[in-house]
Amino acid sequence: MSESALSRVNLFDSRADHASVAVESPLAYSWQRSGAPAPSAASRVVLREQTFLGHLILRGGAIVLDEALREVLDIGLPGRPNTLSWDVSGERSIQWLSPDEWLLIVPGGEAFAVERRLRERLADASFAIVDVSGGQTLLTLEGEAVPELLMKSVVYDVDPSHFPVGKGVNTVFAKATVIVRRSGETRWELVVRRSFADYCYRWLLDAGEEYAIGVER
Amino acid sequence: MFQIYCPYCEELREEEEFHPKGQAHIVRPANPEACSDEEWGDYLFFRDNPRGIHHELWVHAVGCRKFFNVTRHTVSYAILETYKIGEQPSVTAEPAVSESTTSTDDVRQGVRA
Repeated sequence: MSESALSRVNLFDSRADHASVAVESPLAYSWQRSGAPAPSAASRVVLREQTFLGHLILRGGAIVLDEALREVLDIGLPGRPNTLSWDVSGERSIQWLSPDEWLLIVPGGEAFAVERRLRERLADASFAIVDVSGGQTLLTLEGEAVPELLMKSVVYDVDPSHFPVGKGVNTVFAKATVIVRRSGETRWELVVRRSFADYCYRWLLDAGEEYAIGVER
Repeated sequence: MFQIYCPYCEELREEEEFHPKGQAHIVRPANPEACSDEEWGDYLFFRDNPRGIHHELWVHAVGCRKFFNVTRHTVSYAILETYKIGEQPSVTAEPAVSESTTSTDDVRQGVRA
């Protein structure tokens, strides 16, 4: 890694521990305003927010990024469109967004270290890494009624037979844009933009009412 | 329910995710300085408006956000093919079996409105 390549980017830890400002999730306002119905035995959908994860957008050639990612995190880049893969622990995921763009999600606090190691590994290759952790949040939906809830909300065909585990698409969700991912048989994930988070949350509460949606915090 | 095949996502996606961006295959003059006003004006402002097969640029705005080309029939609105940027269309003339509702007059190409 040449010094010049590192010095071309302004790399800093956006979640430094010494920050005096408290970190708030994009849904902080919604918790105050709309509340969170507690899950009950009747709940067929349970919503959770995975707060403060590290979201990194990787752009560049698939081959160099794949090699770097295998070395740094031991995950292979998903080569097929609209797919995602996880590392062995299941905590880190990488998703295909477009032919030269992937979304890497790592546990909170790891993004800076991962970005730095990827930059060192990629060195002078043609690539871009953008930390978008503050711009979006991950919601998980769990339960057997999740496909029904999503069918009312997204234009994409989320029938489980058409949407296997490990698939993820960027699509229209109630006039907003979200990434819909399926991470388990009854477990789905939504990557929601910060500015749409309150709108999407309230939409989910409303659409999920008939399934007695519960929110775990 | 109207679906368009995105050549980058490699599947049919809902029309709501796309935006049309006008005529495709418009080549910027190699040397703009040497263009006449008429040539430059044609490049900037004048677009074909054919009855029949038209090659268009579309963007998968809510999906992969890539631009790609669509060959569309402006009379029947049928999308005949979609292909990636940099590729050439395989459908350029009227298909051998034309639809019964479109007369030969309807499918003349290159007719400016």
